[in-house]
Parts: sequence; C-alpha cells; structure tokens
Amino acid sequence: MEHTGTLERILRAVALTLVVVFFMFPILWIFLMSFQTNETILRVPPSMVFEPTLANYKALITGKLETNAASIEINFLRNLWNSVFLSVTSVSLALLLGVPAAYAFARHKFKGSEDIAFTLLSFKFAPPLLVLLPLSLYFQKMGLADTYIGLIWVYQLICLPLILWIVRGYFEDISPDIEYAYRIAGHSWFATFRKIALPLAGPGIAAAGLLAFIFAWNNFIFALVLASADKQPVTVGALAFVTASGIQYGQIAAAVVMSITPTLALALYAQRYLVEGLSLGAVKG
Amino acid sequence: MLSLPALLICIGILVPFVTAIYYSLQRYRLSQPWAREMNWGQNYLNFMTDPGFWNTLSVSMQYAFYTVALELLLGLGIALLLQRRTRTNNFISIMLLMPLMTAPALAALMWKLMTNPGFGVLSYLLTLVGIEDFRWGSAPGSAMFTVVLVDIWVYTPFIMILLLAGLRSLPKQPFEAAALDGVPRFQQFYRITLPMLTPYILTATLFRLLESIQQFDIIYAMTQGGPGDRLTVFQVEAYLNYFQSTNVGRSAALLMILWAITFFISNIFIKNWLRLRERARGEI
Repeated sequence: MEHTGTLERILRAVALTLVVVFFMFPILWIFLMSFQTNETILRVPPSMVFEPTLANYKALITGKLETNAASIEINFLRNLWNSVFLSVTSVSLALLLGVPAAYAFARHKFKGSEDIAFTLLSFKFAPPLLVLLPLSLYFQKMGLADTYIGLIWVYQLICLPLILWIVRGYFEDISPDIEYAYRIAGHSWFATFRKIALPLAGPGIAAAGLLAFIFAWNNFIFALVLASADKQPVTVGALAFVTASGIQYGQIAAAVVMSITPTLALALYAQRYLVEGLSLGAVKG
Repeated sequence: MLSLPALLICIGILVPFVTAIYYSLQRYRLSQPWAREMNWGQNYLNFMTDPGFWNTLSVSMQYAFYTVALELLLGLGIALLLQRRTRTNNFISIMLLMPLMTAPALAALMWKLMTNPGFGVLSYLLTLVGIEDFRWGSAPGSAMFTVVLVDIWVYTPFIMILLLAGLRSLPKQPFEAAALDGVPRFQQFYRITLPMLTPYILTATLFRLLESIQQFDIIYAMTQGGPGDRLTVFQVEAYLNYFQSTNVGRSAALLMILWAITFFISNIFIKNWLRLRERARGEI
C-alpha cells in the first residue's frame, strides 16, 4: 500500500516486542515458577536458570502440602473437579434452554420481543452482588445454599444471556426463505429447526458455548458468596490457598497454572470462534 | 413456551432485585436482627455525610477512568500495529487472547506473586533502575497503580480485538482516494480512520466502563480493598459491609447506587451510539 521507511519498521518492531513481552511475560514467569522449589524462587537476583522439579504438582495432586511448619492437607483437585463440573453442566443447561429460546426470539417477532431481548442483555450489566446477596439469603431459606444445584442455577445468569444474545444474532442471519422451502416440502416446524436452522447456526452456537464456558470457569464472585470450601471452583480455591500460612510459593504458581491451562488451551484451540463470539456479542449488541 | 428460560432469568433476577431495593430501605444488620425496621431513605441520606461513601464513589470513578482511558489508548495502538494481515501479526493477536482468557482473580494472584516485595521479579527489576522498596499493592500510594496495571493486562486485549475487527472491516476506497490526493498519513488517521472507527470505540468503551466501575475480582484478590480504604470500590465495599460488618441495609443501598450509575452510563451511550453509527455510515 504505502512505503514504510526503515526507521518506521524498526519502531514498529520495537513496539510490538514490548507489547508481546508485557502480555506474555507474567504467564511465562508463573509457569517457570511452578517448577521451582522455594529456595530457587527466593534467590536474589531471580533467574530463569534452575533445576526443574515436579514436586509442586505432586503435592497438589496428592493433596499433602509440606510446609516449614507442618504438613497441611488441601484438596485442590476437588476445586479443579468443581470447576469442570460447574462449567460443563451450566453451559449444557444454558444451551439446552437458550438455543430454542434464541430461535424463538429470532423468528417470532412479537410486540415487545426486542425489549425483552434487550432487557435480558442489560442484566449482564447489573452489579452481580446486587443479585447475589439477596439470593444467598433466599437460598439459605430454600436449602439451596452451598449446593451444586444452587450454583448451577446462579451460573445461568452468566451463561444464558450470553447464549441467547449471540445465537439469536446467528439465527437472524439465516434467510427464512430456506426454512419456508423446507417446510413447504412437508416437514414439521421442529424438523426445520433441527435439520436446517441448527446446522446453519452451528458455528455461532459453538462460539457462544465456548465463551459461556470460559466466563463460567473464570467466575469468582458467585462461588465466593455462595459456596463453601468443598464446592468452590479453582478461582476461589486458589485464593484460599494463599492465606494458608507457610505455603510454598511454587505450589501457588502450580495451582495457578493448573487453573488457567484449560481456558487458555481452549481459547488457543478455538480462537477463531472465540474472536467471532467476542466481536459479535459486543458489536451486534 | 420457548421464552420460558427468558422468563426464568427475569424472575431469578427481578425477585432478588426487588428484595435488594427493600433491604436498602431498612435498618438491617445480620448481627442485630431484633433492631430490623424500615427506615425508608435513611441509608441513602446517611451517605451525604458519610466520608466512607464519598471515598467509595471517588475510588470507583478513579479506577474506571484510569483503566478505560489507558486500555483504549493501548488497545487502539496495538490494533493499529497489528492491522496488516501478516502471519506474525495474526500470531501475536492470538497470543494476546491469553491474558483475556485468564480468570481476573487468578491474574491478580499471578501479579501478586510477581510483585512480592521479598522475591517478586518486578520488585527486583525496579531495584535495578534505582527504585528500592516499592511496595506495590500494599502501600497506599501505589495500590491503585498496581490494580490498574493488572486490569490493563487482562482487558486491553478485549479492546484490541474489537478495534482490530473494526479496522480490518473499514472500506478501502476512502484511504485510496486520500492517498491519491496526497493526504498525509496522520491526517488520514484523524479524518478518516478515527471517525469511521468511532462506533467500535464507543462499544468497547461502554462494555469496559460498565465492567470496570463494577470491578471486584482483581481488587478483592489483590488487596481486599486495602490498604485501609484505599481501594474500597462499590462492590468491594458492599461485600465487606455485608460479610464483615453485616450491615445489609447499607450494602444494599450502595449496590442500588452502583446500579443507578451503570444504568445512567449505558443509557447515554446507547443513545449516542445509535446516532453516531448513523452518522458514520451516512457521511462517508
């Protein structure tokens, strides 16, 4: 397009290098830290050269943390399992409920349907605690406090609006003519939905599901308010870890690495869907 | 029948929401259930003379302003750097997704490990340039800087992604015409790129502003609102009010005010956004 001078090219390269270093260094450093013992972590000056050890991961997996003072038992794998279970069930439920609803919103315009869709989106912006604090009191009365069911219900507040909003946009992009043609051929409404609309909106559903999973996994405040230790996901669990005194820093780093790897791997694997979902969720909205 | 989930969410949110309004009009402490009574607007009136409330308001505004302003500048800059579709640029933009996919609470924990005054690598790097004993999140003077830094690390990629999508979708003709006419590049940027990008910038700003003024995870995980009340933004203050001083009434009133602010901001934005989008499409 235009001529770029040598100076400009150098400046661009320098700027990009700085950007990459700033955004990648923390992940790299914590990753390295997770393979070190306290002795090498506490060295001054810090160094990237060390003898790697798997001791931190072993301690987390067996659940026995050796500290200077004593040996503590922390069930980090339980947190990890909670994260997997809560995210997977919440997103599955949200897809089951949300995709047909999104289709209904896209196809059957009735008076005020735009308003309802918009109100739903606006719930994404209500302060979470505003809903959580009263809900926690209700949950105590209903016996739902500190149960998986209660948590999955609350996680719908993150997952459902997201799925409704993004998937609705995809359904709207499908021309109704294709569906009419299929229905005129004598197929039922449900068959049209299943055979035509669902496959065509497939990428959108994948993007929305992926995004909902990551939001659910990364959520912190819901479980902090509503769950006790044995129901907590990694976000809350890893933090509780730090306050346990005398813990080895390498073990905290290992816990962080284990907690962020699933979302990072998923994001890199399906980055196309992800960028599409993020842009669509924001721009179309 | 298909709108059932929508209905469920509405109920699931509306009931707690109405309850919160109700609580905010009460003198209600979990530790003193016998003294619970309606005091109508008293919780809100108390805010007028409550330095704690004004501190919360000011700290929240500062946090929102610094994070959104810096993230916009950085995000726009990075998007411009990555605009051309080269292999390296695409690779970098994918790598930059990683901070955004990290749970904010865990990101704060990572930065806590790196800024530990004893062994933190960043503290060490600062001593190399002559800054000794910089205490990051635990000193009143630098606590705000530290959490804003973490927020920038997590959320700048979000703005970058949106603006990059915007930049790459701009039509080519205006730029070709301007280049033919010999319009300097910085003028092309101000006169063509920026106006056409405005809807994207506004969307990104709205999303970030609403999230930023409600930020909880990063601040709570990093300093729990401390040192002192240096970082007691709305949600952190409401959380501490509820769980530490068990003052449900004040906590609910704080959250209602936060909700009013977010509602106000989003309304202004949506109105201007629709108008600007039309103008950006109509004029060029």
